[in-house]
Amino acid sequence: MPLIAVRPAAVLAGSGFRRWSAYRQAAIAGIFVNTVFGVIKLSILLGVADSAGGRVGGYDEVGLSTYAWMSQALIAVVVLFSWTELADRVRTGDIAVDLARPVDLQLAWLAADIGRAAWALLSRGVVPILFGAAAFGFRVPRDPTAWLLLPVAVTLAVAVSFACRFLVNLSAFWIIEVRGPVTFYVLVSGLLGGHLIPVQLFPEWMQVLAYATPFPSMVQSPIDLVTGQAAGSEALLLVTVQLGWAVLLLGLGRLVLRRATRRLVVQGG
Amino acid sequence: MAEPTVTGAYAALVRSRVAAQASYRSSFAIDVAAQVLLAVVEFAEVYVVFHQVHSLGGFSFAEVTLMFALATTAFGLADGAVGHVDQLPHYVRTGQLDVFLLRPLSALGQLVSSDFALRRLGRVATSLVILVLALVAVDVDWSPERAALLLVTPLAGAVIFSSVFVAASAVAFWLVEGTEFANALTYGGSYLSSFPFTVFGSAIRRFFTFAVPAAFVAYLPALALLGRPDPLGMPGWLSWAGPVAACLSVAVSAVTWRTGLRRYVGAGS
Amino acid sequence: MIVEASDLRRDFVVRRKAGRLRRTRDVVAAVDGISFSIGAGECVGYIGANGAGKSTTIKMLTGILVPTSGTVRVCGLDPVRQRTSLARRIGVVFGQRSQLWWDLPLRESFRLLAAIHRLPALQWRDRLDECVALLETGPFLETPVRQLSLGQRMRGEVTAALLHSPELLVLDEPTIGLDLLSKERLRAFLARERRERGTTILLTTHDLPDIERLCDRILVVDHGRMAFDGTLPGLIERVGAERVLIIDLMEPEPALFDVPGTTLLQVEAGGLRQHLAFRPEQTTAAEVVAAVSARVALRDLAVTEPDIEDVVRRLYQP
Repeated sequence: MPLIAVRPAAVLAGSGFRRWSAYRQAAIAGIFVNTVFGVIKLSILLGVADSAGGRVGGYDEVGLSTYAWMSQALIAVVVLFSWTELADRVRTGDIAVDLARPVDLQLAWLAADIGRAAWALLSRGVVPILFGAAAFGFRVPRDPTAWLLLPVAVTLAVAVSFACRFLVNLSAFWIIEVRGPVTFYVLVSGLLGGHLIPVQLFPEWMQVLAYATPFPSMVQSPIDLVTGQAAGSEALLLVTVQLGWAVLLLGLGRLVLRRATRRLVVQGG
Repeated sequence: MAEPTVTGAYAALVRSRVAAQASYRSSFAIDVAAQVLLAVVEFAEVYVVFHQVHSLGGFSFAEVTLMFALATTAFGLADGAVGHVDQLPHYVRTGQLDVFLLRPLSALGQLVSSDFALRRLGRVATSLVILVLALVAVDVDWSPERAALLLVTPLAGAVIFSSVFVAASAVAFWLVEGTEFANALTYGGSYLSSFPFTVFGSAIRRFFTFAVPAAFVAYLPALALLGRPDPLGMPGWLSWAGPVAACLSVAVSAVTWRTGLRRYVGAGS
Repeated sequence: MIVEASDLRRDFVVRRKAGRLRRTRDVVAAVDGISFSIGAGECVGYIGANGAGKSTTIKMLTGILVPTSGTVRVCGLDPVRQRTSLARRIGVVFGQRSQLWWDLPLRESFRLLAAIHRLPALQWRDRLDECVALLETGPFLETPVRQLSLGQRMRGEVTAALLHSPELLVLDEPTIGLDLLSKERLRAFLARERRERGTTILLTTHDLPDIERLCDRILVVDHGRMAFDGTLPGLIERVGAERVLIIDLMEPEPALFDVPGTTLLQVEAGGLRQHLAFRPEQTTAAEVVAAVSARVALRDLAVTEPDIEDVVRRLYQP
């Protein structure tokens, strides 16, 4: 990113943050729902651990609690639900306005998304973790590298998630109704990313499948840093894989956007 | 020609919704496929759990699958019929609710019939297939009463979830931005009722039995089908009380909706 | 009487931030003791500034808002308690919100509304044919509503509101955003509807020609209170609104500041065009023209009417 683009990006991130912070009532409702789902998810996982004799997939009970509350906290941060903002702009034709702006479209949206994620982390992320820690226990990492890598890992998780959503939303250039593809994406990324149940609990074949996709980089990887499932060089490897996916998918997004724009220009929308 | 009836009015509304969906045939097919995938992904959680252990909360894979199938069938039916009522704030904001109020039909009736998500049948059909497989796998001592219970249960469950949808959505009359609260009861109730209640803490169990009667959707009737007493000591006749719970839910949600609507037109509060 | 409102009042609670955490609760009266009645077959213009209480009144008349105090009867019914019975007897058009189905063809919306109102097919088909012919909606009956222009959609909205032959038609800003031709077509249709069927019409508008063309009575609401109830000429007389004679002269002339019964407003083009204001109750346009042409050579002239915003503003600032 050229230096001159840094300021607009920061401004865009700031406006993303402010725009979302306006919805306070919605945030409280969201926190409540995240917490209820967290309790249900954790209850099921603790039931599994109980049947398995206390430990499952390398998690003890506090480990499962840590997993459950981290995964709930990340929902709003990495957007594990359907997101069609970009597709809506494509459908209405407003995308032309975005394309006409003197900033790079993908980086502008990424900056706004990181601003949104920062707000989501503070508003919807922290409370479920505090609640879960108080009610069920939470293990903070002892490994200092985990603390150093965690902010990087969460940011990269947002970037990977954004890159995926960007690609899925761009399909609006070719098809009328994106609800189907978006639902597919939300379901598959939630399951394979380790949001419903930790990837470590998957059967062998599903783990192989999951790690062939970018989805664990969105959810499971930051969680693994906290639970200590990945420590030291393993943690570094996780973050490197995240970075790889982010670069690859953002690059792919640019390529697809270029084709889509050419289509827009040639066919006039 | 006979005098047109109220039923005829609703029939015309629902027919027009179905026709509008069918006119987008290709995106409709994708939507149905996404709903099939939804049921599969939800079931994957059960599958992964039983890859780790042989029983959950004292129930086998087949038994939990039975509960899962009963719950998702009921929820799929309810979601398809009335799931869009959680869009109530949107109807309020755009003034569509006022338009409903200016017509000689019930506002709730018009809200419910303003969308009819036929695509959810994809999820219901998948759930029914899982239900049949579960019934083959579990050991049911069939009797006419049990057969009747099996037929009535998904319908009573659908009525219960529909009532929860309506009552929870009416919350928007008090908290405009707070629709997500409703999700804790609707989607949360569906998630929880897919698993044996024995894994949950007593507060959650009581809430989702007596306040939101999710226990009557799958867990309790499944006990009666399996001929098992409740490990938690609930009386056996409760397993047969689904239709009663459904009637009570309808009454409570009707009162909630009416109170909310009165508040909206300014007669309450 | 079709509409009878007496001492109608509606309060709203406004919560405001006062400081960091404190919030105050203010009660604001959107409608503050309004009384009026409208007889069968009248056409009444309901005007006032934005936020004066027009929409709140209309919501109370149509049964979607309960009055805080006072009584209202429409078609002899209590609007809120007998909302569905009332809905069969009135038609409502909101300029800003649609009663049509955006993803269905216009004709399909009409068919659904007929089903909702439980109209026998023979009855509504004739009515629809009549509206289609008069409003010229035939060419786009099969077009989905989302693809209609604003003018086309508004004609559809009016048809939708009249399908069940209501006794009272309420229109909230029906001509807002329409082009001149669409406005004129709509006005002609509404005038005919009233003449032929005796339909009572209540409309809010910002458009003076709407009132001139359609209404024989005006209600002006201001800050929730009734500021005027009478005819348009009566209103103009009351506020002393001035008409303006604009004259173009053959030659540049000195300013005509002493023509009897007029006030000189403006002189343009070095005296080639002059604006003379006069009050219709004191003199007539003909007298002014006669007085002017006795002194200078006229080339062209025009008389402008006071506009509604101006009239209403004068009503508030005597």
